[in-house]
Amino acid sequence: MTDFEKQLAEMQAQLEALRKQAPSNKLSIIAFSGDLDKALAAFIIATGAVAMGMDAIMFFTFWGTPLLRDKNKSAGGKDTMGKMFGRMLPKGTTQTKLSQMNMGGMGTAMMKSLMKKKNVASLEDFLKLAEELEVRIFICEMSMDLMGFKREEMIDYKYLTYGGVAGFLEEAQDSRIQMFI
Amino acid sequence: MSDDIKVEKIMDLKGLPCPMPVVKVSKGIKEVEVGQIIEAQSTDPGSLTDFPAWARTSGNEIVKTEQDDDVIKFFIKRTV
Repeated sequence: MTDFEKQLAEMQAQLEALRKQAPSNKLSIIAFSGDLDKALAAFIIATGAVAMGMDAIMFFTFWGTPLLRDKNKSAGGKDTMGKMFGRMLPKGTTQTKLSQMNMGGMGTAMMKSLMKKKNVASLEDFLKLAEELEVRIFICEMSMDLMGFKREEMIDYKYLTYGGVAGFLEEAQDSRIQMFI
Repeated sequence: MSDDIKVEKIMDLKGLPCPMPVVKVSKGIKEVEVGQIIEAQSTDPGSLTDFPAWARTSGNEIVKTEQDDDVIKFFIKRTV
């Protein structure tokens, strides 16, 4: 091999390594908040990203986790704390509240009726739309465990997986855009 | 009207707020062939910035934008 060939091979190897590091056209959102308004923003951005030709993945953690409970499902065998969390946290998207101006539920009810009037999709609509658009959803196991949620009480969603921080970071590392909402 | 533009498909997105116009158009454009044109009608004022941004990102081309009263019409050529 001549020096030139060696250099060429070296450059090719470097290019290959760089290519592997380049992020994909993907959006990763950490959906941390369980508030209606913030979850709405997260869903709008995720579905919008798919429209822009990107892949989108949403990681539901902490207060975001109860949004993915199915209101028609329940799970037994919970301890006292699990039962308490189960009762106090929203059971699915319909029970979310505004982060501001909730006013004992009045503000949230007003916002929901306004959204309907102005044709703004509800969180329930957005979940369906996200599934249609193949937005992947990832639920944090640790939050589930902490709050005593079981897999059998979570929503049916075609692109749903459970996991932890490594799962998120693997996706985030490979995403052009990352958000925390 | 734009007599010079042959529209393959008209999408009525009037009354739909963000992000629906863009979400629907991104699906609708796949229903025509590359090179064909769709006409998207929106009443969302945000569309005026959103549609060009969507077109630039997705690689499609807005050949013409018309606005009368509240309705904005985008003539979009599928290029990818």
